[in-house]
Amino acid sequence: MLVVLVRRLANIIPTLIAVVALVFLLFSVLPGSFISGMGEDGRTTIDPAVMERMRKEMGLDDPLHVRFAKYIAHTATGDLGISFRTREPVTALIGQRVWPSLKLVFAAMTFAILVGVTLGFLAALRPGSLVDTVSMVFAISGLSLSQFWFGLMLMYLFALKLNWLPSFGYGDGGFSHIVLPAIALGVGPMALLARTTRAAVLDVLNADFVRTARSKGMSERRVVAWHVLRNALVLVVTIVGLQFGSLMGAAVVVEKLFAWPGVGSLLVDSVFQRDMPAVQGCILMIVLFFLAINTLIDLAYVAIDPRIHYSR
Amino acid sequence: MKLPRLKVKGGTSLWIGGGLVTLAIVVAIAAPLIARTDPVMDANLMNAEIPPGLDFPFGTDAQGRDIYSRIVYGARISLTVGVVSQVLNSLIGVTLGLTAGYWGGWWDDVVTGLTNLMLAIPSLIFALAIMAILGPGLLSLLVALGLTSWSYSCRIARAQVLSLKSQGYVQAARILGYGDLRIMFTQVLPNILGPLIVIATLGMGGAILSEAALSFLGLGIRPPFPSWGSMLSEARDQITTAPWLSVFPGLAIFFTVLGLNLLGDGLRDIFDPQSTTRRA
Amino acid sequence: MIEPLLKVDDLHIALRTENATYNAVENVSFDIGRGEAFGLVGESGCGKSITALSVMGLLRRPLSLGDGKIILDGEEIQDASPAEMRRLRGKRVAMIFQEPMTALNPLSPVGRQIAEMFVLHQGANWNEAMDRAEEALRQVQVPSPERRIKDFPHQLSGGMRQRVMIAIALACGPELLIADEPTTALDVTVQAEIIDLMAELCAAKGTAILMISHDLGLVANMCRRVAVMYAGRIVEQQDADAIFATPRHPYTRGLINSLPRLGERSRRGRQRLQEISGVVPSIAGYPAGCRFNPRCSAVTEVCREVAPEITPLPADGLVRCHHHG
Repeated sequence: MLVVLVRRLANIIPTLIAVVALVFLLFSVLPGSFISGMGEDGRTTIDPAVMERMRKEMGLDDPLHVRFAKYIAHTATGDLGISFRTREPVTALIGQRVWPSLKLVFAAMTFAILVGVTLGFLAALRPGSLVDTVSMVFAISGLSLSQFWFGLMLMYLFALKLNWLPSFGYGDGGFSHIVLPAIALGVGPMALLARTTRAAVLDVLNADFVRTARSKGMSERRVVAWHVLRNALVLVVTIVGLQFGSLMGAAVVVEKLFAWPGVGSLLVDSVFQRDMPAVQGCILMIVLFFLAINTLIDLAYVAIDPRIHYSR
Repeated sequence: MKLPRLKVKGGTSLWIGGGLVTLAIVVAIAAPLIARTDPVMDANLMNAEIPPGLDFPFGTDAQGRDIYSRIVYGARISLTVGVVSQVLNSLIGVTLGLTAGYWGGWWDDVVTGLTNLMLAIPSLIFALAIMAILGPGLLSLLVALGLTSWSYSCRIARAQVLSLKSQGYVQAARILGYGDLRIMFTQVLPNILGPLIVIATLGMGGAILSEAALSFLGLGIRPPFPSWGSMLSEARDQITTAPWLSVFPGLAIFFTVLGLNLLGDGLRDIFDPQSTTRRA
Repeated sequence: MIEPLLKVDDLHIALRTENATYNAVENVSFDIGRGEAFGLVGESGCGKSITALSVMGLLRRPLSLGDGKIILDGEEIQDASPAEMRRLRGKRVAMIFQEPMTALNPLSPVGRQIAEMFVLHQGANWNEAMDRAEEALRQVQVPSPERRIKDFPHQLSGGMRQRVMIAIALACGPELLIADEPTTALDVTVQAEIIDLMAELCAAKGTAILMISHDLGLVANMCRRVAVMYAGRIVEQQDADAIFATPRHPYTRGLINSLPRLGERSRRGRQRLQEISGVVPSIAGYPAGCRFNPRCSAVTEVCREVAPEITPLPADGLVRCHHHG
């Protein structure tokens, strides 16, 4: 277990450094860098004198490699800089947003796993049946939905027309506010999980050891509970891990739609306000979270699959 | 046990998907013929926010523009984004994958590192960052979406080269005096064309969804140009008074992407029975 | 005459595809006495394995049971309900499969996979069952079973895994053990050990064996009587000794000639092993007449047109050939 963790971490650090470098380069070298871009889109007009002062203050007049070295050094100590806009440390800015984001992402994934895995299982146990057809039509539709449009429709129906749930905002952080954004965000991974669970279970059901289990005189229910479930889980866990990436991408849009005070909406707002340190910080945060999740997934593998301990 | 060959399955999704995609393409090409009004210019405040009915099948927006006509023209943008971004992704992915697998060494390490990097950043976040730098507009959208999801085609191309190398095809071709480029084009590409088409088809659906998301955030196509995403972006504020403004562009996205997904599934059953391209 | 333990009578197995239904196995009849070892031989694709699966009630789509009877201990089981078959499987009829690599659940300790048998069929709780699993491992001569029960299949060698399979199969003292190519995937040195172990344990418990293999030599060593199957039909059945001394079907002769034999090399010099030319036809492509005719060296016009009837041979034997000389 420890070995896997250490190896994973050893893999993550170079990736993280590369991401930091990439983000830095993107925003420093390419045209339309933040300071020069300010005011161009008419949304933020800044006094040239203020701009000059900011350039100095931010050290933007230093040569590129000096700025990069400084940036890396600061980032490594957990200092993501000062927000151009609010003049607060970016870490503090992001800090307030992390918990709501985590809540939303995990709520969405919980919904996706509960519904998706259940549908996939039911479909696989009765291939070709009505349940199978309906869940797979459901799944391919879920994959084709634009998540924010789906969220908009949910908002219209359940919040504005039926008045069952609040239409947007974080409220007091209670359950009712998270339902609609979580469903809107979870529908894509739900659909994918339904499909992959079905494929995984069908695969396992055709495995030799399932035939052995049947030859022991086990009821089909026990075959599934004792032998199929765990094996299918290995595949499902992979998909869950990979889905966190696209989930966090989509979270940006869903957070914006439901005015959810998460890292994603902070990212979008910061982009519009050309708040470079905040944008970089948000992207780093999202990548870090994604890598952390995948490390957890790797540990989950070790817990589920005894072969991994030896073969890696 | 030798079983007689069973018929290839997956016919229905291929036909439904193909039908939907063909419909979208026909609409996009014939937009000037089937649109009833100009999508941008024909604003008429006298006709503002009319619900769907006989005069305006999908209703009108706050400026009195015909939603049906705007959706018809929007198909052009969505399909352009889908096709161009996937062509870009395939080109990048195949070039990197082929060369990395073929030459190996440090270049292979670089490409593998890049691929891992791409996988570590959610592609929509990456695209968003690029849009933030380049500014809104169709061209930057094509660049942003065309640069951010080439990792699948890269991995498939690289794996194919490595497998052919281990089987000796590549060495044989080299001994026969074929040049590197010729070997890649004659030996490797034909083998991965099927999976590549599947990936590109499924990727087009993803690109159309990303276009809609970015436009919705205000970073993609800006109003008044009728992209489905930008229409939704405008429609959001009027969801209570004019819900049809949101419903129809959303349905247009849904059916187009559904068509591409079904088509991709159907093509996979034909080209790639072992499913190297199963989305994960 | 004493009632046989298993009587398979005119068994047919249907293969349904979208367009047509084929008989994957037809007119197969044989019986196995209590405690007897019976061999079923043929190349892969001849229908041996699905015959065995049909006895277990484990045929899956697109295969299904057609006409014919399967009688276990005087009771017809071909139409038994799934629940009745379940009570039978594992408890009275057990099976060992060919691939020890994949036949065990990779994510479950082997002890538990044996213990399941006691929980399923003897109402044991898991603690008792694990104790008995350890004992069962000891019986199949796995060293230090108290540690091995916690091992996962990937930690065991192929031979050890097949011993685990034997322990599972014999856990509840079945009346019949079906062994489907139990040693094919193993090293030659391990093969003999496994066969001996199986024979020994079954003899001690009075368990009958239906031994399925492509290896006529191996089957003839272990079994008193042997049936040879080709393309879904039994083409010859004789006592093991008789089948080597006087093989009556050209296919049987082909199988015997393809066996390497000790001491023959010196006499015949460097003669190569003879192979039967051609391959087993697919189910959809069974030829008319005798199904062996395209590969037969003694083929005549009648073989291509008329399917040969069964000719009885002495001592319960039979052959299905126009030219059984």
